[in-house]
Amino acid sequence: MRSRSPWLLLLPSLVLMAALFGWPLVQAVLAAFRDEGGFTLAHWQRLLTDPYFLPALRNTVLLIVIVLPVQLALAIGMALLVQARPRFIGGHFYLWCVPLAISELAAGLVWLSVFDNRGYLNSLLVSLGLSENGVQWLSYENTTTMLLTVVIAEIWRATSLVFVIVVAGMQVIPRDYDEAAQVFGASLGQRLRHVTLPLLMPSLQVALILRTILALQAFAVAQALTGRDFPLLVGETYEWYVNLRNPAVSSAVALVVLALSLGTALLYLRTVRQPEGAR
Amino acid sequence: MPRITVSRRAVLRTAGLGAAALAAGCTGFATTGGGGMVFLSTQFRPVDEAQRFRDLLARTISGVSYVTIEEGPFAGQVRSQVDAGATRIGLLGGLHGDLAPLADGYLEDVTDVLARLGDHRWPADYLELARAGSDRTWYVPWATASYILAAHQDALENLPSGVDPAALSYDDLLDWAVAARRAEGRPVLGLPAGPKGLLHRFTQGYLLPSFTGGQITTFRSAEAVTAWEYLRELWANCVPSSTTYDFMQEPMESGEVRLAWDHVVRLVSAPRQRPDSWRMLPSPRGPRGLGYMAVLAGMAIPKGSTDPELARRTIEALSLPRTQVELLRSNSFFPAVAADLPDDLSPAIAMEAQAVRRQQDAEDAILSLPPVGLGEREGEVSKVFQDTFRSIVLDGAPIRSTLDGQARVLQGILDELRVPCWAPDPPAGRCEVS
Repeated sequence: MRSRSPWLLLLPSLVLMAALFGWPLVQAVLAAFRDEGGFTLAHWQRLLTDPYFLPALRNTVLLIVIVLPVQLALAIGMALLVQARPRFIGGHFYLWCVPLAISELAAGLVWLSVFDNRGYLNSLLVSLGLSENGVQWLSYENTTTMLLTVVIAEIWRATSLVFVIVVAGMQVIPRDYDEAAQVFGASLGQRLRHVTLPLLMPSLQVALILRTILALQAFAVAQALTGRDFPLLVGETYEWYVNLRNPAVSSAVALVVLALSLGTALLYLRTVRQPEGAR
Repeated sequence: MPRITVSRRAVLRTAGLGAAALAAGCTGFATTGGGGMVFLSTQFRPVDEAQRFRDLLARTISGVSYVTIEEGPFAGQVRSQVDAGATRIGLLGGLHGDLAPLADGYLEDVTDVLARLGDHRWPADYLELARAGSDRTWYVPWATASYILAAHQDALENLPSGVDPAALSYDDLLDWAVAARRAEGRPVLGLPAGPKGLLHRFTQGYLLPSFTGGQITTFRSAEAVTAWEYLRELWANCVPSSTTYDFMQEPMESGEVRLAWDHVVRLVSAPRQRPDSWRMLPSPRGPRGLGYMAVLAGMAIPKGSTDPELARRTIEALSLPRTQVELLRSNSFFPAVAADLPDDLSPAIAMEAQAVRRQQDAEDAILSLPPVGLGEREGEVSKVFQDTFRSIVLDGAPIRSTLDGQARVLQGILDELRVPCWAPDPPAGRCEVS
């Protein structure tokens, strides 16, 4: 009886997970590979020949590859600042966390008012005499500036999540290690490289996994800023499911996102290991 | 969609969750208070348009609440409610393409309503459409709309000499766009190529029929290649932000665009603000004639309507020439019945009415319809035209291979649906890209 009680306690969450997560997942896999006549790859063929799919895949990967390192560096820098306890640190902390409370779409709209053809940035450039008519940041012809605007908006919006995780991770590192290193004359750089970062690895791992999964899901910011000119994978699932009403192809895109999330999560778990004997 | 939701619902039910709560979550539309009989419609979805129509409805008849819904969910709602024997809708409003597919057992026969209203004289074409290929009438034609050109006075000054703006050819339009671009130092022609723009209607109902005489059957013909080459040239003289324009009236008002093509409803606010600055023109003609698309909206009564009597009275009230002129004033949809347009129409509406009439009455007019009978797959057919535009015009892909590839996608959808073609293609048994 005693050995069964953990399972009994787990049962409600297992049932909920199976009903609300497992079953839809099975449905999605079935939908992506089946039609009236049984097994088919037609939906995948449709997806692969779709002119939006490859750009969406490319944009999503590019966005992650660019945004993630920047966010990580920024978050660690901000966390170190917080650790140093300058004046008004409480105020800074809350200011840095404000974007966490703002919805993705709202953030996109805020940045749209900045980067729009007649937005704040162009008004500023024109009034400073740096440009005659402003720069068409969001024009479909300028993939680079579109990527740039989405990257900036994403960094602004989501760095605070990494920051909060990293701050939490830093606060559980006992100060003794750092002080011991100081006693032995280690410089700031050495302490950061050999003491703080290794001890921070578990938090970084969590932050990386969470941020990558969330970055794979990013779409409202790009949608608000560029419409369909800068497609992202999750935007494609939405487009196929809601606007084109084709759940089969939509499921296929969703499975690509799932495969990417699983792949990167595994990669992080294997590579960003916490060093032996760190604890 | 159906497969997933049904199974998930079944599981949730076994999990003991109330199906009622789920149904409430799935209905997908909310009545905005007021109660009364639900008039579910795919038309006038933007908030201000819906509000203007609600005001009109309140002045016309009481006890009807107007609820809008997107085209895809519309068919799903009606089918599931009628199938379940629990219709909560009183009256339906939608385009021909929304209503005609429901004629297979989801709509009441309204032949008698039409007979009682007989003296309003609908055009025979509309009544033919409303029969949806049967011998009974399934909806009452309600209103029509179309797509036209709008030109600012500044642009008209750059019109190449000897060209009549009210009888343009596609080549004239291109020459005009080039001349205007040179004169202004920037492109001034705008097309609604934004995410919610209706540029695919331009290719479906105007460009391709004018060049090829067809919409679907001629999709990959040699003439279609010429049409896309033309559009590429035209696009080179368009405002680059056209890919962000959903409603042309906005860039027209801001001055970014001086020459535009769009749906009448999406143009009207610019000439309404400054009637002296704008002229409304019929769409251009190509080698095969003047291709134009007529959007026909109708009203239908679903099987098991909550209040068939009130629904009939509402249809009758909204079919009066007087109320249809009111609708033209408030929502810029043109009367479906033969109504004399009064002289006191606002200049913007009067200009539009004139341009639409010239387009329809042209001797070489080729009438196109928005896709019929595709139901929730219509979006995918629109996507074929949108993707073709994106590949050929924006990304510069080779025309022949793009058309061949997209024709395969189009044929795949049509094969699954097994529907006949719609105007201007011949209504053969199965629609096929030749």
